[in-house]
Order: sequence, then structure tokens, then C-alpha cells
Amino acid sequence: MSHSAAAPVTGAPALPTIPFRELAPWALLFGLLGTLAIFFVSADQGAVSIPAGTAIHEWVHDARHLLGYPCH
Amino acid sequence: MNARAFLVRGLLAGLLAGLAAFLVANVVGEPHVEAAIALEDSGAVAPGGSHSHGEESAGHSHTHSSGEDEVFEVSRDNQRTWGLLTGSVAVGVALGGLVALVAAGTLGRIGRLLPSQSTALVALIGFVAAALVPFLKYPANPPAVGDADTIGERTALYFGFLLLSVGAAVLASYVACRLRERIGTYGGVVAGIAAYLLVVIVAALVFAPVSELGDFPADTLWSFRLASMLTLATMWGVLGVLLTGLVSRLYARETAVAQRRELAASL
Ligand SMILES: [Zn+2]
Repeated sequence: MSHSAAAPVTGAPALPTIPFRELAPWALLFGLLGTLAIFFVSADQGAVSIPAGTAIHEWVHDARHLLGYPCH
Repeated sequence: MNARAFLVRGLLAGLLAGLAAFLVANVVGEPHVEAAIALEDSGAVAPGGSHSHGEESAGHSHTHSSGEDEVFEVSRDNQRTWGLLTGSVAVGVALGGLVALVAAGTLGRIGRLLPSQSTALVALIGFVAAALVPFLKYPANPPAVGDADTIGERTALYFGFLLLSVGAAVLASYVACRLRERIGTYGGVVAGIAAYLLVVIVAALVFAPVSELGDFPADTLWSFRLASMLTLATMWGVLGVLLTGLVSRLYARETAVAQRRELAASL
């Protein structure tokens, strides 16, 4: 492998990219997990209740107020 | 550089951002939360909805008029410490992972920006679109403000506006990148920002206002909202700075390895 042939015309090193195909499973899995975590802190047992009750709402209550989410 | 490397760094940066946000929220925000609850309990302000609260020491809780009678009590001591910590860290870690994966997707795709630069840009746009702009339309409210009967409507409005703002930011960023190739960086960036502002300003005018303040004292409200904004700014600021630093180091390490390999191959 010749190093001179791999260098781009400008001389700057090529920027790395991550193929979307490689990224997709990570984005899907963590997109769901992350959204779920934010849902439990921000909205659960207020407008929507999964599971029913008030335990989660009461426990994260102050975070919900101070992070700017509608609470009650 | 791969998706896993970004996610791990995002989770770490998010964890520390959540801890920092907790510290700010606890020190700067909690006095105003306590003041609001004291006002609520003394009946000095007339909240719109029907709330029931335990004794001063028992905790701050709400029963919704349409909801269950069973109220899970958490003491104020727990709410303002462990509860606040749980919520801040959970949101921090989640945001950290999400921002890192978006940064991974934009890697090498935003003009000639270096990995650390595109990561910093993603965090900055994330703060504006997911925290600052939603806050300007629907600012945070302390306990005692808000009618329990409208929580469904207010939740839908807040998250509807949040999603719209984030969606507009993604689209505007894409438009800016494409325009940049044709009219240059300056024109592309200005057009992208203008497009985003146009969408969120029209949306802010269309989305229903929420005004359930009643006679809540303005100084406590202002202090609470300032503390809330400081908490959000800390969360996103620490997340952005740490993730940018971690990505920068990762890139430097991989570049060094590649250079050594190239040098070895040329010998
Ligand atoms: Zn509340």
C-alpha cells in the first residue's frame, strides 16, 4: 500500500465517517431505551401512567419540575 | 471510530452531566421549590386544580381529581436529594447516549468539521432545540402552579413543541449542509438558522398558550425558572464539553495509530 496514493489532493487527512448501516442498530436500540428513560422521568404517572400509581412520579418529582417538564 | 465508542463516551459524559445538573438543581433550585411548596401548603396561592398534600414533613404529592386515591408518599428529604439525583442522572445518561449517537452519525458529514467540532455543534444545537427553545415557549413551573385537570393537555403541548423544535433543527441542519455545497458556508448556515427560527416562531404563535399562574408571587417564579434554566444549561454544557473532549482524544489516538502504521508501511 503506497501512502502517497492514498492522500487526498488537498493533503488534508480524510475525515472518518461511520456508515449509517453500522449505526442503525445502535441508534434504534438506544433511541428506544433513552426515550423510555426520559419518559419515566418527564411524563410518567402524570398525563399517562405506565405502570399505574404515583410512585415514580413522586420519586423523580423535583427533577421533573427543575428540568422544565410539566408536572401537575 | 465506531458507534460503540461514541455511545460509551456519551453515557459517561451524560452520567457526569446528570451529576452536575443534580448539584446545581439541589443547591440553586431546591430553595425555590421549597418556597413554592410552603406557599401551596399555607394556601397563600390558589392553584387551579385539586391537590392533596401530606403534612409538611410527609412530602409533596398530588392526587389528580380523576385519578387514584392511593398516593405514594415520598418525604421531601428524599425528593430533593435521592429522587432529584435519580431523575437528573437518568435524563443525563439518556441524553448523553442520544447526543453521542447523533454525533456519530454526523461524523465527517458536516463540511470539513473535525470529529470534536461536529460533536460540539451537535451538542449546541441539541441544547437550543431540545432545551432552550421549548423553555422559552413553555417555561418550567414550580409546585403550586398549574391545574391538575389540564396536565394531559399541557404535557401534549410541551412534548409536541419539543418534538417540532428538534425535528425542525434536524431538517434545518440538513438543509444548511446541502446549501453549503452550492452557496458556501456563510449562506448555508444563515439559511439553516433562518429556516429553523421561522418554523419555531410560527409554531410558538400557533401552539396554545398556558397561563395558570394565578396569584403566584413573581419573584419566587422568576427565581425558580432561572434555577431551572441553570440546571438545563449545566446538563447540556457539561455533556457537550465532556463529550467533545472525549471524542477529540479518541480521534487524536486513532490518527496517531494510523500515522504510525503508515510510517511503518513506508519503511
Ligand atoms: Zn409537582
